[in-house]
Amino acid sequence: MATTDLKARVNDALENGSLAGALGRFNEAYVASRARAYEGIDFEALRDQLVGLKGRAAAHLDELAEQFEEKATQAGATVFRTSDPAEVKQYLARLCKENGVKRIAKSKSMATEEMHLNAFLAEQGIEVAETDLGEWIVQLAGQRPSHMVMPAIHMSKEQVAGIFSREVKEELAADIPALVAVARRELRQKFLGADMGITGANVAVAETGTLVVVTNEGNARLVSTLPRIQVAVVGVEKLVERFADVGPILKALPRSATGQLLTSYVSMFTGPSPGADGQPKELHVILLDHRRTHMARDPRFAQALRCIRCASCVNVCPVYRLLGGHVFGGVYTGGIGAILATWFEAIKSSKDIQSLCIQCGACIPVCPTRIDIPEMIVELRRRLAKEEGHPFIQKAALRMVNDRRIFHGLLRAASKAQKPFAKKGMIRHLPFFFSGMTEHRSLPAIADVPFRDRFEGIAQPAGAKDKAAFYAGCLVDFAYPGIGESVVKVLNAAGVEVTFPQAQTCCGAPARYAGAFDVAARNAKDNITALEDPEVRWVVSACPTCTVALRHEFAATLEAEGHADWAERAEAMASKVRDFSSLVKELADAGRLTVEAAKGLEAVTYHDSCHLKRKLHAHEPPRQLLGAAGFELKEMKDSDSCCGMGGSYSLKFPEISAPILARKLENIRATGAETVAMDCPGCMLQIGGGLDLAGSTARTRHVADLIADKVRPARPAGGK
Amino acid sequence: MFETFRAKAQAVSAEVHRAPAGAQALDLVLAVLGREGVGDAPGERAVWCGGPILGSLLDRDALVRRFPGLSFEVTRERAAESRVGITEFEWGLAATGTIAQDATDPRLRLASMLPEVHVALFPTSRLLPDLDALLERVDPTRARYLACVTGPSRTADIERVLTIGVHGPKKLVIIAVDGEFGAA
Repeated sequence: MATTDLKARVNDALENGSLAGALGRFNEAYVASRARAYEGIDFEALRDQLVGLKGRAAAHLDELAEQFEEKATQAGATVFRTSDPAEVKQYLARLCKENGVKRIAKSKSMATEEMHLNAFLAEQGIEVAETDLGEWIVQLAGQRPSHMVMPAIHMSKEQVAGIFSREVKEELAADIPALVAVARRELRQKFLGADMGITGANVAVAETGTLVVVTNEGNARLVSTLPRIQVAVVGVEKLVERFADVGPILKALPRSATGQLLTSYVSMFTGPSPGADGQPKELHVILLDHRRTHMARDPRFAQALRCIRCASCVNVCPVYRLLGGHVFGGVYTGGIGAILATWFEAIKSSKDIQSLCIQCGACIPVCPTRIDIPEMIVELRRRLAKEEGHPFIQKAALRMVNDRRIFHGLLRAASKAQKPFAKKGMIRHLPFFFSGMTEHRSLPAIADVPFRDRFEGIAQPAGAKDKAAFYAGCLVDFAYPGIGESVVKVLNAAGVEVTFPQAQTCCGAPARYAGAFDVAARNAKDNITALEDPEVRWVVSACPTCTVALRHEFAATLEAEGHADWAERAEAMASKVRDFSSLVKELADAGRLTVEAAKGLEAVTYHDSCHLKRKLHAHEPPRQLLGAAGFELKEMKDSDSCCGMGGSYSLKFPEISAPILARKLENIRATGAETVAMDCPGCMLQIGGGLDLAGSTARTRHVADLIADKVRPARPAGGK
Repeated sequence: MFETFRAKAQAVSAEVHRAPAGAQALDLVLAVLGREGVGDAPGERAVWCGGPILGSLLDRDALVRRFPGLSFEVTRERAAESRVGITEFEWGLAATGTIAQDATDPRLRLASMLPEVHVALFPTSRLLPDLDALLERVDPTRARYLACVTGPSRTADIERVLTIGVHGPKKLVIIAVDGEFGAA
């Protein structure tokens, strides 16, 4: 079964210490060098430009391909357009035969990887040399690239020395400059001896028939100059309308890919140029569609055609950082690789790869063309679930959550059954098949009295100006009911009456992220019915994942399931939905509430949960509230990197979740703070459990709990 | 703008000079030829693509007598055996420390890619702010092989360690020459 195989590959990657070390160091260095490269550049304005020009191009691929063909042909190139990778192979085989081509020098073309061109040409008796250093290493090792920009990033210099030693039949030391010198010497002969040069292209300009190729090594310049026949194999998604469009792409690509202002070489060729001997030469441009126009017609996936292959998404991905591209990727690596594999191979081929996405969204803010990879992954899961159904056990679990009475009944029963395992509110070991849940972290004990039963005992202020419906979510309701009490207390202090609709149920996030949209839609409907109330001004939650579900996902889920009328109701409710910290900050700013600074409070460090930071963009409000309450904030390194919880991800892939958590715990420890503040009960479960199991004295606290006794109603003195 | 150009080009390991006129630029080029030990043996030779900047100042015979390995006939064989290649570029781009040229003539590419040291001259008067400005000025259907060069050839493909000089030059010497020059 594929999943067992995936688990085995995941474990192999995790046990490979040098891989994690190399990728981890790269990740840290990348973040800094990318930031430096973008200094003085308005990244959002650049993204606007790129989304515009790549989006327009993606919507008109056929017209642009036609225009490119016309212009490039006028310039003297031979253009071959096809949707079928097999036809590319045949075209090249024929071209080689007609021209007596025995040796080919190749610079990077990802499109040729899609069709495994090198293996095919070798079968035809043609020698193909990859000339990008990383690609050559990978080729000699009989592997495939593990990264789109740095193909051999998974290898150590010792491994490279071993591979080169075999190739040149002499014993080489693991000395990087010496190894590079060997590559220069060996590949120089390949350039000079090749009959044909094959490149890819980073941009193809329709209005002029120009191909743009960027490299740092200069190999594409040699490949396009020295051999007597020049070929470029280019995916149609590289097309843009205008020559001026090259500017913004080259502003983003090197900065996002390697933190460079510009690559060492940018070559733009329009038709063939004279050969090295001064004689005219042939240029063949192969424009490959291979389901790209099909993808462009899919409203959920068309955005992926904006990808400029900078790999910044992969470079910041916490899962890629642990596993590398051989496990987390196909021909193209990482989450974007899973999406492209779906189209260029088949939806089933992406099944394993996409399951590795933890949905933290770290890739979203760095993408120069604003591609939302996590959202497309969820959509993939939805389609996979429709096509294949969910495994029985998972489906049963999701169904259980789907029926509020059964689910809540089970949780109440569990609160009794857990007694033998709980100590001071934490469960450190669970028996039998639950043991995986407590291997890397303790679990919070399920509360004796859930929030839903406690709420009735909290008197609400009479004649309040506004009403807010509190949406607890499962964790606050059953594991951390105290957070709910703090939320009520703070809102009451602002003169807001709180209601707690008892019919509320799971927000549906677990089902949605697993692709079970039917289950999520049912959850959405139940919650809309429970929370719709014209008298309520806000729907507030102290769980960012729930908040995102209520605010952004209900409508999308219902829409996708074909319930347009419900989607409309979801939209109407969404505008009222607030996360706790943002609403309290709003109330404080409106003069309805004062946060009083207490003296002598402990230092806290703040963990940004993924959903709060990247979906709700609430980075500042919790910090401002903590500051106003008198806490000294000690920022941790990478405060917004994922804690590894990812909902059920930590159950599905505990072996990946654990090292992600370990990194977070280390960053927390380095601050010296004893209190880790956050806004997400899911993160509290993960981080709190990790701290507990590690024997740390530091504790997690929700912002609501930290400020609850430091708020008071604002005096009406100064007016508004 | 030139100081930005200089800083950006140096940041990517290029050696940058500025000459007040062609004569001083020529002296700088000859100094590089001397420094690099150009001579008449494979691997020690030099190829020189003349252009409008130094064209009229070059006494080719005298130069070849002084540097026996030097040739103004740029072929792929000669370029492959050369230590130094000299070409003239048309533009500089300040924001990135880039030089750019229409390299449709293959000799320009051979002389700038195959030798280990590339000496590139360009007119200071044609320094542009950035790549966008270049794209505005150039018609790619005329400049059919437009080449932009930013620093020497580099790689970080083994353990991400930056190594200069993989397939192209290990050294890039840029000489910005003041004054007006015809053509292009």
